[in-house]
Amino acid sequence: MSDIIIFLVLLAIGFTTGTIIESAHFKSIRKREKELLGIPVVTLEKANEDDTRIDSVYLATGECVVALDYFKMVLAGLKGIIGGRLGSYETLIDRGRREAVLRMKEKAKKAGCDMIVNMRIETSSIGQNANQKNGFGCVEVVAYGTAIRLKK
Amino acid sequence: MIITNIETVPGKTIVEHYGLVAGNTVRAKHIGRDIMASLKNIVGGELKGYTELLRESRQEAMRRMTEQAEKMGANAVVNVRFATSSITMGAAELYVYGTAVKVE
Repeated sequence: MSDIIIFLVLLAIGFTTGTIIESAHFKSIRKREKELLGIPVVTLEKANEDDTRIDSVYLATGECVVALDYFKMVLAGLKGIIGGRLGSYETLIDRGRREAVLRMKEKAKKAGCDMIVNMRIETSSIGQNANQKNGFGCVEVVAYGTAIRLKK
Repeated sequence: MIITNIETVPGKTIVEHYGLVAGNTVRAKHIGRDIMASLKNIVGGELKGYTELLRESRQEAMRRMTEQAEKMGANAVVNVRFATSSITMGAAELYVYGTAVKVE
């Protein structure tokens, strides 16, 4: 009996705080994305600029680790039985990738760079063992690219 | 040391190639951080301890790579790539590799 109560309490905590944290996070992501629109990020290898105008280059990186809440994890587990889209993981990965890209752009802006070329995203797993599936649902993202500063 | 992940260094010309340089690292946080992370997993959101872990391992891997390039006499590393893998739970595994070159 007490097991069920603990389970339900965890579900309720996960649902309420998880939803609040997620919507706050998305709000801040959207706000910062708007602020950083001035720095274009492209996956092309070459900058659309004359080489003589380029002042300096450096590698900009950003990283982020986000986790699912307990409610969404249980939901994803249940959804795994019938198959189909796992919406909770979709939003989780979306959050992680956008946050990592934003951090990369913030670093480039601090260094006075004007654009980022050849952006790449790499994901890893810290919270999960390679050989077993019962790790906790989290995603680790590293975004990196070449930041370019133009001559003023 | 100039590091880029494109094939050249814009605005400069490559005069000499030195070949592959790489750096790898496997880092873990102490058990307290792992317990905190699993508690944080109830409410979800960002796991700051693990983000920090990822940053530290990236810095460490890049430091090893640039040290190797410096030993060769290079002043830039181009076409840098990151690769990640999972060996064990609670550890961040990062491998970074690129081509050491001399630019002018």
